[in-house]
Amino acid sequence: MTDRHLLRGVEPDPARDAGHPEPPPRVGFFTDTSVCIGCKACEVACKEWNAIPEDGLSLTGMSYDNTQGLGASTWRHVAFIEQQKPQVPAPDGRTQLPLVEAESEAPGGEPGELRWLMSSDVCKHCTHAACLDVCPTGSLFRTEFGTVVVQEDICNGCGYCVPACPYGVIEQRPDDGRAFKCTMCYDRLGAGQEPACAKACPTESIQFGPLDELRERAALRVDQLHAAGVDDARLYGHEPDDGVGGDGAFFLLLDKPEVYGLPPNPVVTTRDLPTMWKHAGAAALSLAGGLAVSFALPALLGEKRKGTR
Amino acid sequence: MTETERPKRRGRRRGEQLMVPHAEFESYYGRPVIKAPSWAARDIAGYFFLGGLAGAGSVLAAGAQLTGRPTTATAMKVSSLASVSLSAAALVHDLGVPSRFPNMLRVLKPTSPMSVGSWLLAGYGPAAGAAAVTAVSGRLPRVGAAATATAALLGPAVASYTAVLASDTAVPAWHGAHRELPYLFAASATAAASGMALLLGPTHESAPARCAAALAAGAEEVATRAAERRLGMVAETYRQGRAGNLLRAARLLTATGATTGLLLGHRSRPAAVVGGLALLAGSACTRFGIFAAGVASAEDPKYTVAPQRAAANSSDEAAS
Repeated sequence: MTDRHLLRGVEPDPARDAGHPEPPPRVGFFTDTSVCIGCKACEVACKEWNAIPEDGLSLTGMSYDNTQGLGASTWRHVAFIEQQKPQVPAPDGRTQLPLVEAESEAPGGEPGELRWLMSSDVCKHCTHAACLDVCPTGSLFRTEFGTVVVQEDICNGCGYCVPACPYGVIEQRPDDGRAFKCTMCYDRLGAGQEPACAKACPTESIQFGPLDELRERAALRVDQLHAAGVDDARLYGHEPDDGVGGDGAFFLLLDKPEVYGLPPNPVVTTRDLPTMWKHAGAAALSLAGGLAVSFALPALLGEKRKGTR
Repeated sequence: MTETERPKRRGRRRGEQLMVPHAEFESYYGRPVIKAPSWAARDIAGYFFLGGLAGAGSVLAAGAQLTGRPTTATAMKVSSLASVSLSAAALVHDLGVPSRFPNMLRVLKPTSPMSVGSWLLAGYGPAAGAAAVTAVSGRLPRVGAAATATAALLGPAVASYTAVLASDTAVPAWHGAHRELPYLFAASATAAASGMALLLGPTHESAPARCAAALAAGAEEVATRAAERRLGMVAETYRQGRAGNLLRAARLLTATGATTGLLLGHRSRPAAVVGGLALLAGSACTRFGIFAAGVASAEDPKYTVAPQRAAANSSDEAAS
């Protein structure tokens, strides 16, 4: 018996641990935000394929982002951030589009060109998924592909998964009460197809495939960017030993995660569940003990009073 | 947005130190990182209060029965049945569609405090019901004794598991206090039940309730302080806004109730009633206050980002 723990730490094969006897390799998304052009084809493809209802047509004034965030009816969300920063070189074999004159290395610490960070966010399909752990009905389950999916016919609208998610992904649909989120196109995976968003992405910013392969590819890409002088390039959610045991959907970011609205150091809440149950047990015992003392004390004092009388 | 105000990082390549600490935290247009629970405060904070009142009340009822305080025993059994019934109603109401409730008992999952709690209530509810019905009707005394004992055994769990229900989330003000909240909830439940006993029981039977109220008020104060110490900057959410007002009111009401009960509860019936009501109101304010603090901490990205950024920075330093 190893000291491997199903609630935290490295878990190489979550699908097998969930009871799938011979699961296919775990699949995931690698979203390389350095090549995202903010076209929102992923958002549209996702809505179309999954027949997700419209969820508001408001104008936010936040750059070009009127989608605002992930939710019950938004399973891909493209974030837009405007910054004064040096430009990112294009990957090998691609043309650097001359949108602006490259003078980002201006001496004297002057700000670089205006840059846009664009990033398509999605459910992370965590190795240790808090939403799945806390779901009281078993509606959320681990698929054979290692992804996390809600079964609409079993969800009873309790809403527990919503505050449990450390990324703020899953949400209840207001008119319905049940929770919805990205399924990584479970239906398409079953038919050997890639998810709609990855299929629609014109720049291969969204890459789909076996997770091990994606992690290798991502490590190469981040090295390439560092060699090209993009010091801020970093991977997010790729480490199998992070607070959620690694994400099934991980990212290459060009700034700190919180700039994109992502938590800097997310931890699955159920990591601490054994501690919580232990303290709840102790608290229950102290409640019973405190009341026992409250009955014993007056009796003892009463005896004493009677004795002295 | 704070991006434009951030110090320029380009100098790093020239070997300059840019370890200027950020007073500001960064976020995506100030939007929350996690989603606040969509639970209605009346239903869920109300359930935390009622579940605590019922659970601790069953223990008080059993104690009163064992020590020959029959009026208090019967009153507390009825109170527990009423509060657990209202609890169930609140929980089903919060689901929106009552016909979806049976799915709650589809599986038993130890990783889901809500699943554990549903099964706990499924066992506790009927026991509390049988205890109350037999006590009031005077029939089937053996069944009544067994039900009273079962309810008293499950009661402490019903009163304290709700703390795990709240803290097993990504909500900073709840999860951050996951070690202290069970004791806080147990103390608050004891305060509510002893308040109810003071309110309903005759003065000559009220000695244990007065003693329990004083113990609970003290324990609640200690647990609240410990939770705030543990939470660090997130403890702001316990002191500010609606949560701050509710928790200040809770502290005042609980202290008033416990003191009134302890000093005057054995000779003055009106004083016992006032003390009992203050204790009940104090416990309700505690639960609604903790609930509001959780929602406030989820809605402001500061409370998610700042502690996690500090943790990430310290682990980066340890790695390098």
